[in-house]
Amino acid sequence: MSPLWLAIMIAAVGCYLLKLAGVSMPESILNHPKVQRVAQLLPIAMLSALVAVELFDGGGRYSLDWRTLAGVAAGVVALLLRQGFLVVFLIAIAVTALLRLVT
Amino acid sequence: MEEPQLIAPLPERGAIVRAAAGIGLYAMAFGASFGAISIGSGLTVGQTMVLSLVMFTGASQFAFVGVAASGGSPFAAVPAAMLLGVRNAFYGVPISEILHPRGLPRLWTAHFVIDETTAMAITQCTPRARRYAFWATGLILFSLWQLGSLAGALVGRAVNPSDIGLDAAAPAVFLALLWPMLRRPEARWVALGGAVLALALVPIAPPGVPVLASAIVALLSGLLPTREAPEINDVEIDDRDPI
Repeated sequence: MSPLWLAIMIAAVGCYLLKLAGVSMPESILNHPKVQRVAQLLPIAMLSALVAVELFDGGGRYSLDWRTLAGVAAGVVALLLRQGFLVVFLIAIAVTALLRLVT
Repeated sequence: MEEPQLIAPLPERGAIVRAAAGIGLYAMAFGASFGAISIGSGLTVGQTMVLSLVMFTGASQFAFVGVAASGGSPFAAVPAAMLLGVRNAFYGVPISEILHPRGLPRLWTAHFVIDETTAMAITQCTPRARRYAFWATGLILFSLWQLGSLAGALVGRAVNPSDIGLDAAAPAVFLALLWPMLRRPEARWVALGGAVLALALVPIAPPGVPVLASAIVALLSGLLPTREAPEINDVEIDDRDPI
């Protein structure tokens, strides 16, 4: 089994075990307010970090493709206009693809 | 699937199925983008489908392929995916109260405890409608998520991902997921902190670590005393000041 396959299996089973723990653990642990706050903030910090890394990480050094950035910026405009996930996704890739085509 | 005691028709059934179908269609599009991005990140169609079938929690799947694509060890993607999956454990609290899963059924009930099924279940008015909403949403969403993932993966394999602008898809998807969570000022600070810390670590830390490190911002911010909650204390302090 390649390392990638092994990592996929561990992560997939691990995510399942988190769900199983949730329906099996005593409520008192998960109902603790501090624990809940950290759990709410975790995806916020990590998703934001993922956006930053996806945009500016060129394999251990900073790099930026302005066409990608323009596509994501167009996606932000769609979000500001209260568009749903699908519209944001399509606008971001369409703008990037178009800019790549013409430049 | 029909249980004998459910002879009386469930009045909310139509509305629940319509809402679940809407969520399912959205999930199919979301799954298609996952499939395409996963292939673009260097995973095979089989690996992509194992993630959709077994991991079955969107943000974690996107994070896994995102970190795995950043080079270095694929094992760096494991904690990133799992930390994003932590919230599903917390959905287990309301879901346990609704479904009371015991023994073997708990094993397959757990698989369906995700954002959408929890949101649909807890917003229903009767216990029966809650159970029905959980399973209707779970089964429809699971099926369409797989279909979408497979379609996206096959499209991703047929074309060059950067030609169709797919390199913008991952950050756009993460932003779209993040957006509704940013209503409170504290959330915006945590988001900013996570991004700044991750970016600062890019040139010095191994791939995958910058994203993981951002969890520290959530941990610190969550454990620090809250500023907005103890409003009563502020009033008390103001009262005490003159003395």
